[in-house]
Amino acid sequence: MMKIEVLGTGCAKCKSLAKNVEKAVAEAGVEAEIVKVESLQEIMNRGVMMTPALFIDGEAVAVGRAPSVAEIKGMLKR
Amino acid sequence: MLGKEDEKKEEGCLCATGDLLFLACAGGSNVGQISNQAAVELVREGRGRLFCLAGISAHLETMILPAKERNLVTIDGCPVQCAKKILDHAGLESALSVVVTDLGIEKSPSLEVDASDCAKVVKKIKEGLRVQP
Repeated sequence: MMKIEVLGTGCAKCKSLAKNVEKAVAEAGVEAEIVKVESLQEIMNRGVMMTPALFIDGEAVAVGRAPSVAEIKGMLKR
Repeated sequence: MLGKEDEKKEEGCLCATGDLLFLACAGGSNVGQISNQAAVELVREGRGRLFCLAGISAHLETMILPAKERNLVTIDGCPVQCAKKILDHAGLESALSVVVTDLGIEKSPSLEVDASDCAKVVKKIKEGLRVQP
């Protein structure tokens, strides 16, 4: 199963990304575990200094921005 | 509009704001240390964010992805221009590049940061930013 992680401490942009991810997963019909990483310490330890960030199967695919639903769907197909 | 809880969370968060990133060489000399201090002062004035040059040189995607989408200012201590070269290696381009020794500040092995020298660098960068698109 695909693992999607949304990294962000819970501010507006991070929440927006989480919503977009949920919608993209539902629309794409993929089986994925969505994990929200909100600990500032854990986020920084992952090498992320700008949020929100999106990781798919452990790989950073967007950092410092919230991709749209359409863009996330494209990322899920890769 | 943000609620109180959101505002509280944003105070200590890494939320991406602004479009300008400062990358200082932070090298082992007076001018290297001045480059870093100048970047810190510009960040404290709210001009942009300090970014990890080491992360770019390590080719970390978590650093390169946000850097690709922002205006980068490199502050190098001396004409070797390590910071600018690191960006070149990573396929990134700086919108503004400043070299501390170009401002008449002599390089030495001392790590002391002279406040008036640092102020010169800060002033030069502010001038450069005014003429950038």
